[in-house]
Amino acid sequence: MKLKSLLVGLGLLAGASVAQAEDPLKVGFVYVGPVGDLGWSYEHDLGRQGLEDYFGDKVETTFVENVPEGADAERVITQLAKAGNDLIFTTSFGFMNPTIKVAKRFPKVTFEHATGYKRSKNVGTYVLRTYEGRYVTGVTAGMMTETDTIGYIASFPIPEVIRDINSTFMAAKSVNPNVKMKIVWVNSWYDPGKETDAANALMDQGVDILIQHTDSPAPLIAAEKRGMRAFGQASDMSKFAPEAHIFSVRDNWAPYYISIADAVMKGTWAPKDYWGGFKEDILTIESVNSNLPADVKAKISETYAAVKSGEIKPFTGPIKDNKGNLVVKAGHTLTDVELAQVNWYVEGITDEIPR
Amino acid sequence: MDADLIVQILFAAIKTGTPLLFIALGEVICEKSGILNLGQEGMMLMGAVVGFLAAYGSGNMGFGVLAAMAMGAFMSLLFAVLVLHVGANQVATGLALTIFGTGLSAFVGADFVGKTLQGFQPIPLPLLSDIPYLGRVLFSHDILVYFSFVMTIALIYVVNKTRIGLTLKAVGENPHAANAIGIKVLRVRYLAVMFGGAMAGLSGAYMSLVYTPMWVEGMTAGRGWIALALVVFASWRVGRIMLGAYLFGLASIMHLVLQGLGWSISPNLLAMLPYVATVIVMVIIGADHFKEKLLAPRSLGKPFDPRNMA
Repeated sequence: MKLKSLLVGLGLLAGASVAQAEDPLKVGFVYVGPVGDLGWSYEHDLGRQGLEDYFGDKVETTFVENVPEGADAERVITQLAKAGNDLIFTTSFGFMNPTIKVAKRFPKVTFEHATGYKRSKNVGTYVLRTYEGRYVTGVTAGMMTETDTIGYIASFPIPEVIRDINSTFMAAKSVNPNVKMKIVWVNSWYDPGKETDAANALMDQGVDILIQHTDSPAPLIAAEKRGMRAFGQASDMSKFAPEAHIFSVRDNWAPYYISIADAVMKGTWAPKDYWGGFKEDILTIESVNSNLPADVKAKISETYAAVKSGEIKPFTGPIKDNKGNLVVKAGHTLTDVELAQVNWYVEGITDEIPR
Repeated sequence: MDADLIVQILFAAIKTGTPLLFIALGEVICEKSGILNLGQEGMMLMGAVVGFLAAYGSGNMGFGVLAAMAMGAFMSLLFAVLVLHVGANQVATGLALTIFGTGLSAFVGADFVGKTLQGFQPIPLPLLSDIPYLGRVLFSHDILVYFSFVMTIALIYVVNKTRIGLTLKAVGENPHAANAIGIKVLRVRYLAVMFGGAMAGLSGAYMSLVYTPMWVEGMTAGRGWIALALVVFASWRVGRIMLGAYLFGLASIMHLVLQGLGWSISPNLLAMLPYVATVIVMVIIGADHFKEKLLAPRSLGKPFDPRNMA
């Protein structure tokens, strides 16, 4: 598979595909990080493998890893389309515009873009309700912090990331009114060196619980070294920090990839704005550390169940932003369309969103 | 900012500055012999990946460090053969070495991305680490940081006080004169270049065995280039390289620290700090052209062929 992805990357496979008797559905994946990031891209690749396991010979998958968001992405997506893929998953926010652009030139190919909001005749989007996981994370962090200071390592100031910060903070505040949050932007999805530096800078400033919206286990490793606590991001990261690890919020893509491939095979696919979370088991909580206090463990399961059943909807008004404006009216819950446009911090976050 | 935070920041600056210190120490010795090796980044990446593989495979961190140094030295030997024997252009060959190392390291390490190691653990030095403030900043590090201290002091001594240092400088200043008094110019240059390579490998090992500790493609993130600027910044003085490395280390973590403190400055602007610092230093030094000429080894970058004596 490595070699194949390399060849696709070089454009050598274009036109070289061998026609097979059953003509399997060819599915291409574009990853922003290395498959070995053990976070975001790793889980997408597990989803791809899940797809292969499910359909066997009926699908043929390829992936290209480490694709930078930008001009390179367009080139890679074009090559995957040219190589005869029928269905292409582009799995990072920054692939949005390149996906739309390439999709226009290949109307017969089906595209699915993760975490974006632009759709067209042959481009659907799928988004994880990661804010549901963040809510459980926030409640737990609020209970666990002894310094009342939570650290948040953020990647890029896009709605998905800002939404998650808000959800975390509201949840933490609901159990700990004194809680403060320090946010550090590293401007990367995957840069273990920088993530380590950021983790240490936060811990130097009194943070005892780390939350990350970046993809490497580096912050967890840094927390383990200093006896602090942290959460795993996107996949089960417990093995990197046996003591520090609180729990991981895992992205479980296989069910979605299977349903989409199935729809494309049957010809029933239509561009949709799919949102999945706890309820659909696309988002799961993994490896809750046995060293947590019993009341925290109980609260984790309780909060998880409440979010899953819809009893708790994190973005239900009244919510004020940190400048005092009422951004969600009392009684209203943000719709998916509105969720995709969150560009404010909730009241209590003493920081500003970098522009 | 309280005293504790400042101590933590300085501690982190030393940790961040250490890979820069290693690689710049190697490069300054190389340049003192008159050879400009722009392959630092490539050698560093190869050191990082080979060090990681060796340590991962053997379970022995020390072996990883040695393997990384050997790899760096081997890469620089390739460079030295091309430059010293074949007479290839130093700048072009160095650049080629960087491009080669970047690609090859990504290829070699592809299957090891995301694997992690325990890494070297910090060893607070007895007594010294109990000194208030200073003890935490300087003497609570891992073994490689202490090695960088020892290395710097040793190099200051060797370069300034010994015959070896004198020979090295003679070769770098005037290889023809050095040759005339019987110094084997090429042999000195080979050794200096390989020392530089070994230090670049060590610097890479520091990244993949201590700093992160894991292997990721392109993980050195331009530190090899910063090291080249550092040598100029330090005007080819070993002691100043240490100072410069820690300043650069400080600049590169300050943007994360300031964000945590809630300064509302764009993180993008702050992230530029170390690079802006590099440019400013270059401008300041470059402004005094005469001085720059005086400080740089006079034959830097120029080929020397003993068979072709005028």
